Amino acid sequence: MRRRSVVAGALAACWAAAARADGAGAVRVAAASDLQFALPELAAGFERGTGIRVELSFGSSGNFARQIEQGAPLELFLSADESFALRLADAGLTANRGALYALGRIALIVPAASALALDDRLDGVRRGLAQVQRFSIANPEHAPYGRAAREALTAVGLWPQLQPLLVLGENVSQATQFVATGAAQAGITAASLALAPSLAAQTRRHLLPESLHQPLRQRMVLMKNPRPAAQAFYEHLRGADARAVLARFGFAPAEAAR
Amino acid sequence: MDWPAARVSLWLAALTVLSLLPVALWLARWLATSSARARPAVEAALLLPLLLPPTVIGFYLLTTLGGAAPLGQWLGERLGLRLVFSFEGLLFASWLINLPFMVQPLQRAFAAIPRSVREAAWVSGLSGWRTFWRIELPLAWPGVLAGVALTFAHTLGEFGVVLMVGGNIAGQTRTLSIAIYDRVQAFDTAGAGQMSLLLVALSLAALALVFALNRRNPLQER
Repeated sequence: MRRRSVVAGALAACWAAAARADGAGAVRVAAASDLQFALPELAAGFERGTGIRVELSFGSSGNFARQIEQGAPLELFLSADESFALRLADAGLTANRGALYALGRIALIVPAASALALDDRLDGVRRGLAQVQRFSIANPEHAPYGRAAREALTAVGLWPQLQPLLVLGENVSQATQFVATGAAQAGITAASLALAPSLAAQTRRHLLPESLHQPLRQRMVLMKNPRPAAQAFYEHLRGADARAVLARFGFAPAEAAR
Repeated sequence: MDWPAARVSLWLAALTVLSLLPVALWLARWLATSSARARPAVEAALLLPLLLPPTVIGFYLLTTLGGAAPLGQWLGERLGLRLVFSFEGLLFASWLINLPFMVQPLQRAFAAIPRSVREAAWVSGLSGWRTFWRIELPLAWPGVLAGVALTFAHTLGEFGVVLMVGGNIAGQTRTLSIAIYDRVQAFDTAGAGQMSLLLVALSLAALALVFALNRRNPLQER
């Protein structure tokens, strides 16, 4: 009898420790990988102001959408492609249809040592095509930034030449990584990643005009019956401070949406 | 159904097995019979890929063999070898990862052969090479089959390294496991289902073939 209560006590202690470890009070946020650098800064500001902890996971929006459909315990979802957020809303899993928080921009990126000239119409890449063995983009079949990269390459007429050279990142972050390590000689990625300070030493980049691709409408949604803490973070992300941070990381304001 | 991906996967698995087998035979026999001081170190190094996540191997390949790394540049300029985003690179990675899967069963098999058998063969006038070919290899046959089966099936299923250094190029580095992941990402459950079924069938067929061959063990027949 006593042994059983010892076991029960140990189990309860483990349970409590585990609950503390995964941050019982923290707001659980899933975000598209283009927010890799901007969102930690936003979350840190929020934590300082409110004392509420925020737990961030980054990955492909499609993956998160499916995980949430399968019951993943996430409270706020920031999707690089609003269709994934709206898909969850249509399935009745969200509090409402959420809000556009930004428009994504794309950037041309090359390793720091590259001799390629960077410009709006990718003329430098066209001239230096012989230096490009591999061109990196996110997989256009499912990654929103990959789709935008394909649209941009088609718009400037480089798609036929570059298609045989493409390497496809599983998400936009990996596509950026391929260029940063020099494994690919050039690529198109999310501006929010290309502009990140941590990549500044390894790469050169150029913001591409928005006219080259369909707008990348980024939408966030709160899941059903949100806790006040999650709601507070959602509101924080819509505030002026957050907008300024997003702008600094190369996102266009949501109001620019047509 | 992504047939080019299926072809890449099968080629990769077959070539890994073929190129790894001779080296693994030599290594395994040495490990099983040698009393060299360096043996424990070699044994440990060979087991390492089994313990490390494939992402660690992918990371090192990407950072040492990429176009910006000195080694990667040297290989590219001197030998014309590009080991990231190429089939050769996947083969190299898969070779590394599968070393323990091939060597371990072989080593156990060679170690199980009593020294007296080998000595008897020598006394009977067989050369070292003929002893290996006629006596040791047949005795180690189940180990060979196990190594081949494990390596083949493991290569078919490899995902982490391929995802990290493959770059998802159709017909070259997009394997079945990557194609399945892509289909799932694109919410194409039917496509993913078909390819998963193919992978199950391929792996099962490979293993069944091995067990069928094992029944024809030349020594057991006698």
